[in-house]
Amino acid sequence: MEKISVKVCLGTTCFVMGGSNLQELNDLIPKKYGDKVEVVGSPCLGLCSINWEYSKAPYVKIDEDVITEATVEKVLEAIEKKLGN
Amino acid sequence: MNNLGRTIHIKKEILVRIIKAFLSDDFEEQARLIPYDMRPKGMEVPYRCCVYKERAIIKARTLAGLGFSIEEDDETVSLAKYAKKALEREEISEKNLTVLQSACKGCNSNKIYVTDLCQGCIARPCMSSCKFGAISVVNGRSVIDDSKCKKCQMCVKACPYNAIVKISVPCEDACPVGAIKKDETGFASIDYDRCISCGKCTSACPFGAVHERSQIIDILKAIKDGKKVIAMVAPAIAGQFPGNIYQLKTAIKKAGFTDVYEVAQGADITAHYEAEEFVERMAEAKEQQTEWLDKWVNEGGYDAKEGDLKEKPPVRNFMTTSCCAGYNQLIAKHLPEIKPYVSTTGTPTYYISEIIKKEIPDAITVFVSPCVAKRAEGFSNPNVDFVMNSEELGALFIAKKIEITECEEEQYVVESSKHARNFGFTGGVADSVKASLRDETIIKPFVINGLNKESIRQLRKFAQSGECEGGCNMIEVMCCEGGCIGGNATVNNQKMAKKQIDSLANASKDIDKI
Repeated sequence: MEKISVKVCLGTTCFVMGGSNLQELNDLIPKKYGDKVEVVGSPCLGLCSINWEYSKAPYVKIDEDVITEATVEKVLEAIEKKLGN
Repeated sequence: MNNLGRTIHIKKEILVRIIKAFLSDDFEEQARLIPYDMRPKGMEVPYRCCVYKERAIIKARTLAGLGFSIEEDDETVSLAKYAKKALEREEISEKNLTVLQSACKGCNSNKIYVTDLCQGCIARPCMSSCKFGAISVVNGRSVIDDSKCKKCQMCVKACPYNAIVKISVPCEDACPVGAIKKDETGFASIDYDRCISCGKCTSACPFGAVHERSQIIDILKAIKDGKKVIAMVAPAIAGQFPGNIYQLKTAIKKAGFTDVYEVAQGADITAHYEAEEFVERMAEAKEQQTEWLDKWVNEGGYDAKEGDLKEKPPVRNFMTTSCCAGYNQLIAKHLPEIKPYVSTTGTPTYYISEIIKKEIPDAITVFVSPCVAKRAEGFSNPNVDFVMNSEELGALFIAKKIEITECEEEQYVVESSKHARNFGFTGGVADSVKASLRDETIIKPFVINGLNKESIRQLRKFAQSGECEGGCNMIEVMCCEGGCIGGNATVNNQKMAKKQIDSLANASKDIDKI
C-alpha cells in the first residue's frame, strides 16, 4: 500500500491562524500510524492565495485532499477515513 | 494559545480584515462591511441564533480591534463612524481590556448546584457538611439556598453520588485578583481598580468575550503618516512565528516599520543592574542582621527579660525581579507590602525604549510581545508609544501577504546574549542575574511560575516575614505559566516556542559579568 502523505502548511498565514498547533502532528502521526503515513511540515502550499482565503487557514493536504481550518482532530479523522478504519 | 482556537480564529480574522480595510482606498466603508463580509447573506449560521446576531457580535468584536470599549458602544454608531473616530484619535485609553457582554449570556453564574443525580439519601451528608445551613430537602431532594451558600464546596466533596457540582464562570476562575465578575444581570464586567491586565480572562472565556483594545490602527496611522515607527520585539517573539528573528526583522520592516530592535538588548542591561542590586541588597541585609545582633547582645542578649528588647527589624533576605508587567500591576494594586523587596531596576522595555528615544528622538516606539499586561506598562512609560501583541503582528503579516521564511536575514545592530534571549521563559530572568554574578553560588533562586490566588498568598507571606522558602534569596515572578511564551496573546504553542528560542539562544554569546 502506498503511504498516505500529510502536508502541514507552515506558511505565515496558516501558522498565525492556528497552524502552529498542528506541529504536534509531527510526533503524533509516526507514533500512531508508523510508516503507513508520512507527515511533513511544508513551506506555504499557496492555498491561501487562491481568492486570498486566509479565513479558511490553516490548511493541511492529505494526498490530494485539502483540509480547511485544520485541527489535529480533523486531520486524524481524515487519515482514519483514508485507512478505511 | 489554548484550546479556545475557534474564538481566537475569529478575533484574528477580524484583525486581518481591519488592517485590510485600513490599507484599502476606503477604510470607513470597508470597516462597515466587515460583519457582512464575514457573515454574508445566505451563509449557514455557525454559532448564534441568526445571521443578524452573528453580525452584531462581529461588529462588537471589530470595535475592540479598532481600539474602542465595547461596553461604551451605544450601538447606534456605525463601524464606518468608529473607523473615522479611530483615525482622529490622538490618545489611547488606559483601560486596555473590554468585555463583549452579549457573548456572556450563555454562561451561568458561579454557584453550587444539586443535579438530578441526587438520590435523596437518608444519610444526607450534604446537609451535615454544610456549615451555613444552606441545604434543605424539598420533595426528597437536596436544594441549596443561594443566599446562604458561601460556595465552600464541602457538600460537593461530601456527596457520595457526585450529585453536587460547582458551576464555574471561567473568567472569574482564571482571574487571580477577583477583578472580573458576573453581576446580577448575568453580564461580566471588569473592575479596573483591581484588574492587573494579565489577560488570563481573555484566554479563559470559551465565548471569547474578553477582548484587548487594539492599537493597530494608531500604529498603522503613524506608519502611513511617514513617522519613524520602531518595533521593539520581546524575547518571547523569537518563538512566535516561522523563520528566525533575523528574517523576522526584514518581515517587520516590509510591513512598514522603520527599524526593529530586540528587547533582549534591554534585558542584558536589566540583568546587569539587577545583579548589582542583588549584591548590594544582600550586603545590606547582612549588615542589618549584624547590627541587630550587636544591639541584642548590648541590651543583654540571653539574659534580657522578654519585652525588654526592641522588636527585631524586618530583615529583607530576598529580592524579587521587576520585569513582569502583570506582577508590577499586582504590586501596585494588591501587594504593596512586597514593594520594598522588588528590584528597582527597570524592565528590558524601559531600557530599550530609552535607548531608542535617545538615538532617534522623533521615533514612535511599538513594543511587540505575546503579553497582554504590557499594554499597562506601555501606557505608563512615555518612551513606549504603542503596544502590539503577536496576534496583531501576525494579522499584519497576513494582510500584507508577507512570508517570513522567504525574507532575507538582517542582523541586529546589537547582538543580545543567550541569557537575555531566554528572558521569556520561567526561570530565565533569575538565570540571567545568576550568570551575571562573578560568584554564582551567592544566589538561590525561587520561581513563581504563574500568578494565581495561591502564589499571591505565598508572596504575601514572604513579604510579611522577610524570608523566602528554603533559604532562597531571589524570587523571579512570572505572571504567566511558562513565562512570556505562555502569555495570553501567543500565536505559537509553548513547547514549540521554547524549542525555537532554545535554538536561537544556544547559538548566542554568554552574558557579561558585572
